[in-house]
Amino acid sequence: MIKLEPRGQHSKLMAWLSPVLAGCLTLVSGAILFALLGQDPAEALHTLLIMPVSDLYGVAELFVKAAPILLCAIGLSVVFKAKVWNIGAEGQLLMGGLIGSACALQLIDAEGVWVLPLVLLSGMVGGALWALLAAWLKTYFNANEILTTIMLNYIALNLLIWAVHGPLKDPDGFNFPESAMFSDSALLPTLIDGTRIHYGMMFALFAVVVVWVLLSRSFLGFQIKVLGLDASAARLAGFREKRLVWIAMLISGALAGLAGVGEVSGPLGQLVPQISPGYGYAAIIVAFLGRLHPVGILLATLLMALIYMGGEMAQINLGLPIALTGLFQGMLLFYLLACDVLINFRIRIPALSRSAVAPIASQKETVR
Amino acid sequence: MDIDLITNILYAMVRTGTPLLLVALGELVCEKSGVLNLGQEGMLLMGAVVGFVAALLSGSLMLGFLLAIIAGVTMSLLFGVIALGFNANQVATGLALTIFGTGLSAFIGTEFVGKPINGLDPYALPLLSDIPLIGKMLFAQDLVVYLSFGLFAAVYWFFRSSRPGLVVKAVGENPHAANAIGLPVMRTRYLAVMFGGAMAGLAGGYLSIAYTPLWVENMSAGRGWIALALVVFASWKVERVLLGAWLFGLASILHLVFQGLGFSISSNLLAILPYAATILVLVLLSRNQVRARLLAPMSLGKSFHASS
Repeated sequence: MIKLEPRGQHSKLMAWLSPVLAGCLTLVSGAILFALLGQDPAEALHTLLIMPVSDLYGVAELFVKAAPILLCAIGLSVVFKAKVWNIGAEGQLLMGGLIGSACALQLIDAEGVWVLPLVLLSGMVGGALWALLAAWLKTYFNANEILTTIMLNYIALNLLIWAVHGPLKDPDGFNFPESAMFSDSALLPTLIDGTRIHYGMMFALFAVVVVWVLLSRSFLGFQIKVLGLDASAARLAGFREKRLVWIAMLISGALAGLAGVGEVSGPLGQLVPQISPGYGYAAIIVAFLGRLHPVGILLATLLMALIYMGGEMAQINLGLPIALTGLFQGMLLFYLLACDVLINFRIRIPALSRSAVAPIASQKETVR
Repeated sequence: MDIDLITNILYAMVRTGTPLLLVALGELVCEKSGVLNLGQEGMLLMGAVVGFVAALLSGSLMLGFLLAIIAGVTMSLLFGVIALGFNANQVATGLALTIFGTGLSAFIGTEFVGKPINGLDPYALPLLSDIPLIGKMLFAQDLVVYLSFGLFAAVYWFFRSSRPGLVVKAVGENPHAANAIGLPVMRTRYLAVMFGGAMAGLAGGYLSIAYTPLWVENMSAGRGWIALALVVFASWKVERVLLGAWLFGLASILHLVFQGLGFSISSNLLAILPYAATILVLVLLSRNQVRARLLAPMSLGKSFHASS
């Protein structure tokens, strides 16, 4: 039998090795899955992970996909640090896209440099308000934020679908559920000619730096971390718990909203029913995989964006279902959680080391 | 509003509430043992896709339901091994189960989207189903709905007057004390989690084999999450789960009611109703913090390691 034995303290090494291990296990499982489906595993993994980024256009597309995921995930790292379980990045992203689109469509005849900032800001406000709604329900009514944010995701999706079928539908669009194309002054400029990479990625990288400074160098960030580690200690220290929850949700929601408006005024250029293939949910995996650390999140985002592109590539070249993406995301998160057990526990096989178990087990009490 | 319309609304309410009732009963047992499994949505979807594919390929609805239940239990064991065996955070593991189940079910079901099967037919009990108003609602349903009545009664009895029910509650309230008097904490929790999986699998099978009956990606549309909220709404009391499930069933079909009455409200806006109702219910029920804390099982969501 295999036994789990408490380490007595967190293993820093394992905390960083675990995501790598989880990635490797996902690859191995993926290879087995491809073999079972009758594909050549090496070729399939090549299609999934290498082919999408084998040229400049592909690399640019990787960043197009990475921008919204990174914005959502870096925002989630703030709320998750405070142990507030905001599962609503998806809904906040959709509301950002919806409100941003409404603003862009109002200004469809306007020209000038002020249009784009206004559109982006309205998207951020949309996402932030959607998050603050959950913060309000949590702090004033004690409603579980996991359930409320999930419900708000479904509500946001239905509002979006209602809007593209109703008030925001393009009057000249032959009744398709799409808005009119935005005017040029409401569109995010591209960074490199001939690709779709746009300023959203710059915003995302800027957000990463800001959040990094906030969490590691500011008093506010310190308060947020203390609240997450030990809520009663935070209360004892006189930190205002509710205010911290509101601020964390505000940051997270505004960044997710920016991700949403970045999609509609970036690569899409209009409001459509499917503005996100689950970026907000993928961002949860990214936040965990990146250990809530900005650098970790950046790396995990690139991996997640690659999985999205690989899924599309596998659909085109190998005829596999696009749902492959979701399957790989789920496997990755599962393996991560399983590997995380090594952070707090070490694995012992009593049959092999009978003598070593007893002294360590008794030491453990004193360490604690 | 004539009596036929009300009769039909009540009938549809119970039908729509059945998957919610099944999932919520399973999750209630699971939470009573102190385990919070947020993976209901994933288990529901896996039950739906496996049940549908099995029923389609074999032609046997019963085999479909059986495999749906097995799929749910398998998924719940995945949760059990990681959350209970490996002591991982239950919230994160449950989320992972939902994300994984959503992805895997979509992957398995890609080729089967929109294929038709002959779903489970209702079976009206003679005489009883002729009772005005409630006859059709209670006695003209299909076998799974009748089964859900039976399961409700069984869970009610289990917690009210059975010894194993007491063990589950003891384990959920204080696993350390339960462990100290020799109750099998881990085994109880595993069994509770598996029961939850079986119920979610059955509910999934009901959606794809009887209720709709077809398979569409993500067809559960948040029912697993609504069922989680239902357990809070029910204050962890079995009888209120039934009431809540049917009320939410009603909220989900209100758009049909409005359309029947001739109101022209966008169906996309009315589709928001069950989700908004869930939030409202959570707000009303959780307002009193002390009360909320007293009602929930004490060790809910906390991991347990016998040596600590």
